Amino acid sequence: MAELLAKVSLFPLALTLGTFLFGVWLQKKVKSPLCNPILVSVILVAGILLALEKLPGLSLDSTEAQTGLLDRYLDGTQGITWLLTPATVCLALPLYEQLKILRKNLPAILAGVLAGTVTSLVVVLGMCHLMGTDRTISVSLLPKSITTAMGIVLSGENGGIEALTTTVIIVTGIIGALTGSILCKIFRFRSPIVQGVAFGTASHVVGTSRANELSVLTGAVSSLSLAVSGIFTAILFPIACKFLPV
Amino acid sequence: MKYLKQLLWVIAFSLAGEALQALIPLPIPAAIYGLVLLLIALCTGCLKAQAIADTARYMISIMPLLFVAPAVKILKNWGIIAPNLVPICVITVVSTFIVFIVSGLVTQLLLKKKGGEKNG
Repeated sequence: MAELLAKVSLFPLALTLGTFLFGVWLQKKVKSPLCNPILVSVILVAGILLALEKLPGLSLDSTEAQTGLLDRYLDGTQGITWLLTPATVCLALPLYEQLKILRKNLPAILAGVLAGTVTSLVVVLGMCHLMGTDRTISVSLLPKSITTAMGIVLSGENGGIEALTTTVIIVTGIIGALTGSILCKIFRFRSPIVQGVAFGTASHVVGTSRANELSVLTGAVSSLSLAVSGIFTAILFPIACKFLPV
Repeated sequence: MKYLKQLLWVIAFSLAGEALQALIPLPIPAAIYGLVLLLIALCTGCLKAQAIADTARYMISIMPLLFVAPAVKILKNWGIIAPNLVPICVITVVSTFIVFIVSGLVTQLLLKKKGGEKNG
């Protein structure tokens, strides 16, 4: 088995694509944000890697004698990981399209997003300080409200753990999508614009998919907000990092 | 061929983003520079939306798939994460609620100040 796995280079790609499409299918069936395809796929891939580790002659981490399962998996998926930068650049297109539609309400939207972005950074910084987390962990948590593509690079460039950032971002999105409608009721957010800003700023793409279900306008405002909050966060991130203990 | 031509534009802007990142000593990722450059090009009319639209929409639609491998990497860092699991969970949940509420409240306040909520 160990020899076979070493020879099939496409196994990681097949595993990723297969589990991801299973997650997409599951979400269509169950219709719950809890069945987020990324989350389903990550849990299945991690589970399968951990199960394979039990086989004789295989280990998760690399040793001097052989490449570990995890490194082999990460190497095998590099072909799709490099797409992350160009895919993020593409987000400029929907942003441009929504800017045209939402021009009139832009000041209110931008102010709401800016307030949310600053709040996110301040609250995370404050809570990290109170709970005494390491700098690495704090840097990884700081970009938690923005979309994965941007958060992952911000975290990586500033000494955070990319994998932790990715997971926290996805979980944040799921929390926003699950509880957003209830929060809108409690705080009387009735305007689609207000709802869109809240969903997009707090819970990025995953929240936006929920916002799209409320109305087209809510979804459009939400995707504009998530892109703008990503840019604001990128600008404010180096300043926020200065407040972290070295 | 259409997709490849559009892909070349996307790659060109990504490349320009990488160049800027290399030249400007700020911890801002190449992808953000590329995104802003592309947005400026679209807004000023230097580049027509059709010149990248199909490829861009396709790349955006497959984006969630690209996050699986980076997240699986968490197995590698589990040793650092495990002792911090409680703070990580608390911070994630609490800050999400607060950000949702604050961003909504500020937007609501400004829309009301302007008088009415005309959708535009």
